[in-house]
Amino acid sequence: MNRRTFTFTITALLGLALGTGLAAQKIQINGAGATFPYPIYSKWFSEYNKLNPNVEINYQSIGSGGGIRQLTNQTVFFGATDGPMTKDQMLAAPGAILHLPTVLGAVVPIYNLPAVSAPLKFTGPVLADLFLGKITRWNDAAIAKLNPGVALPNLPVTVVHRSEGSGTTYIFMDYLAKVSPEWKTRVGVANSVNWPVGLGGSGNEGVSGLVKQTPGSLGYVELIYALQNKISYGPVQNMAGEFVSATVASVTAAAAEAAKQMPADFRVSITNAPGKTAYPISSFTWLLFYENPKNKVMSKTMVEFMKWALGDGQKMAEPLGYAPLPAAVVTMELEALKKIKIQ
Amino acid sequence: MKLKANVSDLTLRLGSGAFALVLVLIVVGIGWVLWDEARLSVAKFGFAFWSRSHWDPVSGEFGAFPFIWGTLYSSILALLIAGPVAVGIAVFLSELCPEKLRAPLAFITELLAAIPSIVYGLWGIFVLVPAVRSFQLSLPEWMTSLALFSGPPVGVNLLSASIVLAIMIVPYSSSITREVLRSVPVAQREGACALGATKWEAIKVALHYGRAGIVGAIMLGFGRALGVTMAVTMVIGNNPQAKWGLFEPSYTMAAVIANEFREAVEDLHLHALVEIGLVLFVVTLIINLGSRLLIWNITRDRSPKASPTPAAQPEAAS
Repeated sequence: MNRRTFTFTITALLGLALGTGLAAQKIQINGAGATFPYPIYSKWFSEYNKLNPNVEINYQSIGSGGGIRQLTNQTVFFGATDGPMTKDQMLAAPGAILHLPTVLGAVVPIYNLPAVSAPLKFTGPVLADLFLGKITRWNDAAIAKLNPGVALPNLPVTVVHRSEGSGTTYIFMDYLAKVSPEWKTRVGVANSVNWPVGLGGSGNEGVSGLVKQTPGSLGYVELIYALQNKISYGPVQNMAGEFVSATVASVTAAAAEAAKQMPADFRVSITNAPGKTAYPISSFTWLLFYENPKNKVMSKTMVEFMKWALGDGQKMAEPLGYAPLPAAVVTMELEALKKIKIQ
Repeated sequence: MKLKANVSDLTLRLGSGAFALVLVLIVVGIGWVLWDEARLSVAKFGFAFWSRSHWDPVSGEFGAFPFIWGTLYSSILALLIAGPVAVGIAVFLSELCPEKLRAPLAFITELLAAIPSIVYGLWGIFVLVPAVRSFQLSLPEWMTSLALFSGPPVGVNLLSASIVLAIMIVPYSSSITREVLRSVPVAQREGACALGATKWEAIKVALHYGRAGIVGAIMLGFGRALGVTMAVTMVIGNNPQAKWGLFEPSYTMAAVIANEFREAVEDLHLHALVEIGLVLFVVTLIINLGSRLLIWNITRDRSPKASPTPAAQPEAAS
C-alpha cells in the first residue's frame, strides 16, 4: 500500500467515522468585498456560526472592487459590493451572477461650523455646487436661502472627501450625478473620482477626523460614523421637496419606494428616491453569488444562510446603524434565492 | 592539499557570487513585473505619463506628474530639515556627549526608527496638523501672499508631511553618521589637536574626513523618505496638484497606490497605479545612482592632499 492510497483510506475512514451526513462536516466558505457592510457581515457570520457550528464563513473586507475581481477570478465563493456590477463586469465573469441586497446604508453630509447649532439644510444641487467648488463661502446666498434665520459664518468651505476608492463615495457620487447635470459630466460616478476641490481623508475615520479638526469643513460619511463621532450632519431635500434627516426609518422608506419598481436582478440605485419620507442618499449593499456554482454543498449552505440573514439577521441591522430591508424586498429575494442551484 | 584549498575557494567564490546574482535578479525581476503589470497604461500614455497632470479614474485619464512632484518636494524638504539635525545629533553623540549619556541617547534615537509609520501618522494628525494650522494662521499677511506660503488654512499639507518625514529619517541618518564619525582614526583628531586646533576645528577635521559617509547616510534617509506611505497619506491632504506653496495639500506616489489599489476596478486604473509604482522604482534608482556618483565624486577628490577614502564608507553609504 503506497502512501497516497493509505492517506486516502484513512481520510475515507475518518469521513465514515464522522458520519455520512453533510451536517457533521465542517464547511468553510470564503467571501470578500465591500468594507461598508463589514460590521454587520462579521456579526452575521459569527452569529450564524454559533447557530450552526459546522458552518464557518470567512469574509475579507478588501473593498467592492477587490470583491468583484476575486469573484470573477473565482478565488472566493461569494463577493460583496456597494455599487452594482456593471454590464461589462457581469459579462467578464465566467457565469451568471446574482445580486442580493442585504441591508441599507445612508451617507450624510457632515460639516464643522462651531457657531451654528441648528442642523443646516442642504439640497442636492447645493451639495453638488459645494463639492464642485462653485460655492466657496458658508454665507453664500444659496445656503442662506435654505436656512433662513441661521447666522452663517463668513468662512471658506473646505471640502473633505475620501482619498481611497470606496463604496461610500460611490453612493454619494451616484446621488450628486442624479441631482446635478454638471456633476454627471464633469466628475461622474465611480468608487474613486477626480475631485474638483478638497482634501482626501483615508476611510470614514479619516474624513470625520479632518472635518472635526477643521472649522469650515464639509465632508460626507456613513450615517453611523456621524452618530458615533457626534458630528453635525444636515437634512437633505428629497425628490418630493421635503427636508429629511437620515435615520433608519427614512432610509428604509427610500428602499420601500424603490421596491415598487424593483428590477428582477436587484441592481437598482435608490438615491434620490421618490416618497415624502425617503432619505435621498441611501443605498442597498449587495452580496454576489454565482447562479450555478461548482460546489453545491457551499451553495446550499449559503442559501440557508441567506434565508436566515433575510429573517432573523435583519434584526441585527439597526443597532449597527444599518436600515433593515423592507418586507416587500425580502419576499422578492426569497423568491430569487431559488435561482441558485443547490444540486 | 593545494587542490583541496582551490576547490573550497572556488566553491566560496561561486556560492557567494550566486547570492550576489540573486540580488541583481530580484531588482530586474521587480522592474519586469511592474512593467508587465502596467502595460495597458504604458501603451496608452507612453512617456507622457510622467508629465501629465490629469488623474481621473472615471474617464480613464492618468498622469503621474503631481505625484512625482509631491513625493520629491516633501522628501527634499524633509531632507533639508533632517540633514542638519541628524549631523548635529551624531556630532554630539560621538564627540561631545558625556560618556554616561551616550548609550541612552543613542538608544533613544534608534528607538525612533522602530516606531511604525502609522504611529507617526496618528501623531501627525492629532499634534502636528493643528500646530501647523495655527502657525499658518499666525503668519503675517505679507508672508501668506507669497507663493511659497500659499495654501488653505487646513494643516494637512506639504509642510506637515515633510516634518513627519524628517522626524522619521533623522534616526537613520544620525546613527550612520555617528558610526562614520567613530570610524575616523583617532590620529586625525589628535593630529589636529596637536597643531593647536580648538574642539570645533578638530570636529571639522573629523567631519571632513568622513564626508562621503555622511552624505551617504543622509541620502539613505532620503531614499527612505521617498517610500514612506501611511504617515504621509495621513497628513498630506491627498490632493494631486503640483504647486510650490508649503501649505498646499499634495499627494505622493506611495500614497496614491495605497489609497486606490484596493478599490481599483477598471483594468486601466489598476495598470496606471502599477505604473506609478514603476515610476517610483525608477525615481528611487535614479536617486540612488545620483548619490553614488556624488559620494564617488567626493572620495576621489580634486586635490591630491585630501584624505584617503576611509574603509568604512562604502558600507555606510549603501
